[in-house]
Amino acid sequence: MGKNLYQKVWDNHVVQQLDTGQYQLFIALHLIHEVTSPQAFGMLEDKKLKVAYPKRTFATVDHIIPTDSQVRPLADDMAEKMIQVLSDSTRAHGIEFFAPASGAQGIVHVVGPELGLTQPGMTICCGDSHTSTHGAFGCISLGIGTSQVRDVLASQTLAMDPLKVRRIRVEGQLQPGVTAKDVILHIIHILGVNGGVGFAYEYAGSVIDNMSMEERMTVCNMSIEGGARCGYVNPDATTYEYLRGRERVPGGDQFDQAVERWQGYASDFDAQYDDEVVIDANDIRPTVTWGVTPGQAISIEENLPDPDKVDGLERNLITDALDYMQLTGNQPIKGTKIDVAFIGSCTNGRLSDFQAVASVIKGRKVALHVRAIAVPGSEKVDKEVRKLGLHKVFEEAGFEWRLPGCSMCLAMNPDKLIGDEVCASSSNRNFIGRQGSPTGRTILMSPVMVAAAAIEGQVADAREVFNFTGEVA
Amino acid sequence: MSGTPIEKMSGRGVYVAGNDIDTDRIIPARYLTCVTFDELGPALFYDVRFNEDGSSKDHILDDPRHAGAEILISDDNFGCGSSREHAPQAILRFGLKAVIADSFAEIFHGNCTTLGVPCVVMAFEERKELAELVGADPTLDIIIDLEHLQVICANKVFKISVKDSVREAFLNATYDPLDTLLAGRDAIDAVAARLGYSAIP
Ligand code: SF4
Repeated sequence: MGKNLYQKVWDNHVVQQLDTGQYQLFIALHLIHEVTSPQAFGMLEDKKLKVAYPKRTFATVDHIIPTDSQVRPLADDMAEKMIQVLSDSTRAHGIEFFAPASGAQGIVHVVGPELGLTQPGMTICCGDSHTSTHGAFGCISLGIGTSQVRDVLASQTLAMDPLKVRRIRVEGQLQPGVTAKDVILHIIHILGVNGGVGFAYEYAGSVIDNMSMEERMTVCNMSIEGGARCGYVNPDATTYEYLRGRERVPGGDQFDQAVERWQGYASDFDAQYDDEVVIDANDIRPTVTWGVTPGQAISIEENLPDPDKVDGLERNLITDALDYMQLTGNQPIKGTKIDVAFIGSCTNGRLSDFQAVASVIKGRKVALHVRAIAVPGSEKVDKEVRKLGLHKVFEEAGFEWRLPGCSMCLAMNPDKLIGDEVCASSSNRNFIGRQGSPTGRTILMSPVMVAAAAIEGQVADAREVFNFTGEVA
Repeated sequence: MSGTPIEKMSGRGVYVAGNDIDTDRIIPARYLTCVTFDELGPALFYDVRFNEDGSSKDHILDDPRHAGAEILISDDNFGCGSSREHAPQAILRFGLKAVIADSFAEIFHGNCTTLGVPCVVMAFEERKELAELVGADPTLDIIIDLEHLQVICANKVFKISVKDSVREAFLNATYDPLDTLLAGRDAIDAVAARLGYSAIP
């Protein structure tokens, strides 16, 4: 009987079984950032411990960094202090730090893949739940807490229970105007925000096979929103071509040897799974959230749920979410007025996201009442966008083109919603207060759907606004 | 060993209702700008407890009848979302020492375990009954017995479940795994050598 990728990578990295029954797992790549990691260095120092494998940890700043000006010292004293602690700690422990203006800074889940640090068959962790992103390369990639960041720094290992594996096959062909973001919002809607607890998700099927690496990253990124600790795609030719020639990937003969090794990690054809779900690509429409969890989503063609048609707990959940969002049940989501449009984040802040949007907003204008910002996921993405002149397309359409960071995905930098503003957002969480105002309202959608909403000034169907008729992957 | 064994604990309860309570709600992001966790207690559930002008919304955590409660009771999928350990740290520093819910998100669950805060799973009907008992009489003592996998309150016994490895870790005081992990140093180095993992270029 064959093994799936999760089992192979797990077996390869197990150090030993612990007395509790958990396993000690070696971590191939550890990524850290300024919010969840500085405290871990403090814990190490309290115990007088050193970093075990400093050359397998890399640091960046993303959450608190302003996107208008990154001149140091930052205006926010606490933010400045956090960067300083990270910078000092990494220097003291011999860890490489991608500082602002180094050319490599950016959102941790954008930086790892683009440098080629993220490679198939690795175990990867970071004190950040969206570490699941890296699974796009065929890795076990786990979000961890600060005490575990400490564990990895001190020992390069984690104590873990193995996960079950659910294969999610998305079969068929996506309709024009339907994107990777719609695929994952649809999956979460179907399986629920806690449907993945205890599972790793293996994304497979012809739709996933045909996706680019950046699209696969969008899908894997939101695994955690479905409750799955990690999600992955088996490595294939698309993966290897993406990695070829990247800064931290071996070149020449070594690359060919690496590919051979990477191929071995892919799930065997006769691999066993704990569960399997098949999704028909034809059922997926441009999808938007209407509530306060990423699972509260509907297709742009549908009406909002009607609380009167359900009972009990379900009814309360829907009523509360609609109240918070100031929406009325059984009405279309289309036409909901927006105040802010945000394109960026580790879900949709990569070159292909900005290319897709630039190709449709050229010659159009953002509605007058909408504040629209586009934020590259990294300095490298920013550089590529500028090289292609795409930032001009955004600016001419009325978007602000910002400096790299997490920006309005969460409320730890100056980019925030004000009052009960509604934001059409390409990020991954629509939790209450997520975008910085305790009453702010977030509607998650794909980058092209954000662009359509920005132009119309209200939630709109990108397929109509941009006349999608051709093949859009 | 890294702590003391946790076999049994007791305290008064407080029920914070809601499914899918995420870590952004448990501790809003603006409180994450800190280089230690020491000051997080008062910020627990801040935006749910206080208005923007700082006035109280009379949240149940601020209800004097529940002052000094040590056991948090909630609903389904508690602690979903961000991996921020600030969430369990805020719970702990607020004075709560265990959480009882229908289910937990995984990263949150793991973070709590490491800090010695048991996340105890109870089936919906029983958990609802427990919440009602505590709501009616906040002075009731709740006893969480990890050894026998039960909760006792008002002379009633409620069944609970805790993952085997987690229960082991509490009973053996190895819920903070660092010392155990470090003890495997030679085995760690052997794996690194086998995988060719000395450094990334
Ligand atoms: S972009 Fe958002 S989700 Fe991604 S790492 Fe930053 S804050 Fe987290």
